[in-house]
Amino acid sequence: MTGKRSITLSAILVSGLIFGSGALVAGEAVEGTAKADKLESCVEPTDVMRRRHFEFIKHQRDLTVRQGIRGSKHSLAGCVDCHARHDAQGKPVPVDAEGQFCAACHDYVAVHIDCFSCHSTVPGGK
Amino acid sequence: MSRTNDSGRRDFLKKAAAATTVTVAPGVVLHSLTAQAEPRTTPVTDKVRWGMLIDTSKCAEGCTDCVEACDRENGIDLVNKPEGADDALWERQRPHWIRQVKLKDNMTGRITVLPMMCQHCEFPPCVDVCPTGASFKRADGIVMVDRHICIGCRYCMMACPYKARSFIHADVAEKLTHAPRGKGCVEACNLCVHRLDNGQTTTACQEACKQQAIVFGDLNDPESPVSKALKQYPSVQIRDDLKLNTGVRYTNI
Repeated sequence: MTGKRSITLSAILVSGLIFGSGALVAGEAVEGTAKADKLESCVEPTDVMRRRHFEFIKHQRDLTVRQGIRGSKHSLAGCVDCHARHDAQGKPVPVDAEGQFCAACHDYVAVHIDCFSCHSTVPGGK
Repeated sequence: MSRTNDSGRRDFLKKAAAATTVTVAPGVVLHSLTAQAEPRTTPVTDKVRWGMLIDTSKCAEGCTDCVEACDRENGIDLVNKPEGADDALWERQRPHWIRQVKLKDNMTGRITVLPMMCQHCEFPPCVDVCPTGASFKRADGIVMVDRHICIGCRYCMMACPYKARSFIHADVAEKLTHAPRGKGCVEACNLCVHRLDNGQTTTACQEACKQQAIVFGDLNDPESPVSKALKQYPSVQIRDDLKLNTGVRYTNI
């Protein structure tokens, strides 16, 4: 379980360290409100996801765009749907907002991900 | 990978079996099948070729139903004018998947209005000129842009005889999950590919047209409404001199 939980935890810790405690800005996000917060593990075991998630979604994007295969377990839409947290009003917080699931680690290691210049950052649309 | 494929095939067979039992029952039409359809798990094939027939005599001047439906469906209405951009420039450059084209016969004065979008050519010039392979034709005949590898050179826009493609000039704040969009890529009508891949068999424009001017379907299936209509009525390809074998055809121009 613990994989998932610890990834989230370390992400929070890390961003806490970097930005100071008050700075979990997208801060309105309430912990435990993402679907993923309630699950044991991601679509693959946590250690596999940590190491290879980018390979999965890169492979999937070609299958989806070129061959029309949708709804597979390695889809980026699936990542966003499951990992986006919500604020107190129930509004989804973008996964690439500061301190949120995608941004937390990528900011820390200064890896610029380009997914979200085109893809939606919240579940179901806008 | 091969394992994933196998399970995909199994799922497909299961569904195919289920579908057959449904069709065996009397009085069941295609629509009830599509309603329960699920996202596809197998690659598209060239057994299907998507296309449409547009009856321009049913197109009223000033009607924008199909264009608006397309804008909503594909998130084009979420693209805002970049700050400080010139109004006239924006009007010329804003993305359009369907353009309304007005033709006037100068001899007779007869006016024809028609929706013009990507014609989904069998031999697409945009694919010929693309230097990266981003512009491509799917097995089922849909001409698309793979924005992951589009470098925004706009050769395809120059090559397209139908002026069907648009370029996204600035960052887009809001986008739909099924219609990704970002600065620096070219895009065009994809026949609502997300709908087709999720088992639906209609496009937004077709659904929105109250006059039912648009018939959409599988050109390879002689029993599909679009094939029947094409067989029954005289139709034309626009710029048929280019011999592109377009998937979108018109009647009563």
